Amino acid sequence: MLLITCPWCGPRDETEYHYGGQAHVPYPETPAGLTDEQWAEYVFYRDNPKGPFAERWMHGTGCRRWFNVLRDTATHEVLASYRLDEPRPELPQAGGNR
Amino acid sequence: MAEPTIDGRVSPLAHLEERMRAAAVTGARGVTLTERPFLTMVNVRVDPASETADRIGKALGAPLPRQCGDTGAAGPHTAVWLGPDEWLVLSRAEASEVTAELRDALGGDPGSVVDVSANRTTLELSGPAARQVLEKGCPLDLHPRAFGSGRAVSTTVGPVAVLLWQADDTPTYRLFPRSSFADHLARWLIDAMSEYHGPEVP
Repeated sequence: MLLITCPWCGPRDETEYHYGGQAHVPYPETPAGLTDEQWAEYVFYRDNPKGPFAERWMHGTGCRRWFNVLRDTATHEVLASYRLDEPRPELPQAGGNR
Repeated sequence: MAEPTIDGRVSPLAHLEERMRAAAVTGARGVTLTERPFLTMVNVRVDPASETADRIGKALGAPLPRQCGDTGAAGPHTAVWLGPDEWLVLSRAEASEVTAELRDALGGDPGSVVDVSANRTTLELSGPAARQVLEKGCPLDLHPRAFGSGRAVSTTVGPVAVLLWQADDTPTYRLFPRSSFADHLARWLIDAMSEYHGPEVP
């Protein structure tokens, strides 16, 4: 069970949230000009890193807001959570040799 | 089928009234469960930084709470924080009156005031063992150091999403499940209360 800190409601159990996939995937600037391959890339292709990963979560049974979480995919450690209007935090301690 | 009230309304838990009464436990490990149906609930959405929010606060008699868990009470009304721009006003006054009053305060500004009284029902869980009963299925820390009288949060009890409000230090909790989930929650609570009839297992 993950303990995720909602930027508005504080730490809550994972069961209160919904997962929303990778964060910071920008909508194409010229959607009409995309080839099928580029569309497929935008819609389906996601990073799969081992280590810190920025992903979207939604606090379904709480404030019902979307926000971003930085989570280590190898250890499941939640490194940071931040609002959608905040930039991805720099984490000097993330990754590395912990 | 439960008997309808004089105006034709049937509360979501009318059919469990007897069962809830029979489940009551008295004494040092006492806990009771009752439904308080037809409470007025009005959903308010407005930008918290706007003048409109202040105006709505004035109409209520207490400012809209700005943080998760906080409530603002004045007279018959209690405003509960649901989200950064969303509140639920619980009231003992008539739904139409409260809605009209808040809608006046909103004026033509961006926001919404909606009567959602039929959305949820109210369960009152009270007694010295009430916290232990809730702790069987609520992931939240309900110890007085973290949660107390006048606090209200959205969370889950058992598998059901509820708005949980601690009304006093008895402790008395008010649980607001969506009407269609109320039956399951009431039965879940009756089951959770049953062990307090017997002596404490060391």
